[in-house]
Amino acid sequence: MDYLLVSLIKMAIIAPALLATLAYIVWVERKVIAHVQLRVGPYFVGPHGLLQPIADAIKLLTKEDFIPSGVNHFFYWAAPWLGLMFAVTGIAVIPLGPVVNIFGVETNLGLADLNIGLLWILGLAGMGVYGIALAGWSSNNKYALLGAMRSAAQMISYELPMALALAAPLLMSNSLNLREVVNTQAGFVLGFVPNWNLFTGFQIVGFVVYMICAFAETNRIPFDLPEAENELVAGFHSEYSSMKFAAFFMAEYCNMVIVCSVATALYLGGWHPIVPPTIAQFVPSLVFGGAAALLFFHGMNPGRPTDRYSFPVFGAIMGGLAVLFLLPGIGPILNHLFWFLGKVGFLLFFFIWVRATLPRFRYDQLMKIAWLFLFPVALLNLVLTAAGVTLFSK
Amino acid sequence: MDLVLFLTFALIAVACGLNMALQRHPVSSALSLIGVMVSLAVLYVLLGAEFIAAAQLVVYSGAIMVLFLFVIMLLNAGAEKLTKKAGTAHFLGLPLLLILLGLSSWVITTATSHAKPVKFGAFTAGGPREVGWELFTHYVLPFEVTSILILIAIAGAYRLANKEMD
Amino acid sequence: MYSLFPPEFFQLSVPLAAYLILSAILFTIGVATFLFRRSIITVFMAIELMLNAVNLTFVTFSNHFGKVDGQIFSFFVMVVAAAEAAVGLAIILMVFRNRATLQIDDFDTLKN
Repeated sequence: MDYLLVSLIKMAIIAPALLATLAYIVWVERKVIAHVQLRVGPYFVGPHGLLQPIADAIKLLTKEDFIPSGVNHFFYWAAPWLGLMFAVTGIAVIPLGPVVNIFGVETNLGLADLNIGLLWILGLAGMGVYGIALAGWSSNNKYALLGAMRSAAQMISYELPMALALAAPLLMSNSLNLREVVNTQAGFVLGFVPNWNLFTGFQIVGFVVYMICAFAETNRIPFDLPEAENELVAGFHSEYSSMKFAAFFMAEYCNMVIVCSVATALYLGGWHPIVPPTIAQFVPSLVFGGAAALLFFHGMNPGRPTDRYSFPVFGAIMGGLAVLFLLPGIGPILNHLFWFLGKVGFLLFFFIWVRATLPRFRYDQLMKIAWLFLFPVALLNLVLTAAGVTLFSK
Repeated sequence: MDLVLFLTFALIAVACGLNMALQRHPVSSALSLIGVMVSLAVLYVLLGAEFIAAAQLVVYSGAIMVLFLFVIMLLNAGAEKLTKKAGTAHFLGLPLLLILLGLSSWVITTATSHAKPVKFGAFTAGGPREVGWELFTHYVLPFEVTSILILIAIAGAYRLANKEMD
Repeated sequence: MYSLFPPEFFQLSVPLAAYLILSAILFTIGVATFLFRRSIITVFMAIELMLNAVNLTFVTFSNHFGKVDGQIFSFFVMVVAAAEAAVGLAIILMVFRNRATLQIDDFDTLKN
């Protein structure tokens, strides 16, 4: 019962945090793309557009929920929720931190500690195809069916190099448990180079292959032909409106969070800091303190009139966070969360940056890349890693 | 707690199986079969076979059933048409199948009446490490032979599906 | 909700026969679907259901005897089922191209 209670409390913290993150990733994406394109992005709804996701949620909830004629009602209704369910369930195995002691309760930061954690995520990636395929098929629309078939074929084709790219770091950590994989990346080599799989594990090729497959698995640019606005109307979600449409987008962003978290855990060392631990405990406070100082400075001589009032408030919030990281009890725990979420945030920023920069691939180019380029490269990476582990392990 | 979980997922599996048997449209049958496979994966976890449960999710419901759905959607298979040709089979077959089920249940119950019950957590050797060890030491020959089998299946499926219509 | 059942209910364990009888029920449903349905894809899905029922029996016995060999066999059954599904669906595609129907009553050119 104790374990159940602790798990319920963790769920009560992680689930709302996840939903809030999904809503605000949209804001971050719109702002980053806007600034890349030398414009401002959402600005008027709340200070610097921070209430824009809430406005979007209200709009989507109050839109008319039409159902086209001739659809298969059960599958039309069930498809978005199936996609969302499989996407959100993957968050359970992501290791946010090591085993810590909070107020006398010894628990791991993260919901579940499965021995087969990575296989669970691969299984959910495979099951995520169903939401899209059913959505396209049940819509009674040939463009939706075409987009859904293309998307399902793309996701299945890219699962193979993704699994091969994920197998190489597993050879070095000897376990499918994501927490064990992060634990084997502890420590520093030569005093300052972190012992991550990307650096001392020489998995740079695997990381690049995995990131390309991650773009394809989540249907993001440059692989988003199945939901392209210019070619296929809107692909598999062209006949969906209001909450079901929102469910598809939440599922896509949730998939993005999961693939970035898996990349962080397997390649970037999870919650281990990039600088040696003596400096690492002050980095979060320095970052937030610097952000607070910057916000206060720009609040004094603002470029836009409302910033005089909103920036100092944000500066105070950032200052409070900086102080929170220095508290003795929960400081170290928040430190682990900071490094993990910082790395995941960097990878998400990379996803958004690529969306703002690259054009999309044509469908045959997309399939050629998977089968003729990524699959042999991932296989070669696996063979070389296996040879390296055999020859150089003690 | 084992009994509650077992009963829940066994009932879900049987309900999905019956749904697969009774639905007219192949897509509904395929989705019911996916329901059976997922509930069987949960039962495998209850039996301590966590690697096989994950393999069931990844291979069966994540790949094989997707292939089924693809083919159904590609061929635009509609709802099945009822036919009168199988009357004798329906009349004779269903009671005989029920007799088969009853007989096998009786044999199973009498043969395992003294067997120890299944407790969740009693079998811990089902993780990937143990399965992989057995697979690569004692069963390495069937492993390599099945990989050649998969290669043959890939070549055969490609050749069959690639043939142009005359 | 917990008070509806006596506390011993939550300590009960499942008898071995329960898993085996569940497997027999699923197998029988598979056989019934295989014999009585007219669409070839449904017949093929019934084969997969029968293979799953047999997998459950293998894993149950692996748990009962405490060895992992039943799970190895179940793994091989999965692999063979995948290969067979691929080839079988390719055959169904070819048959559809030639006969334009999926009802098995119409595949009767070899009759008489």
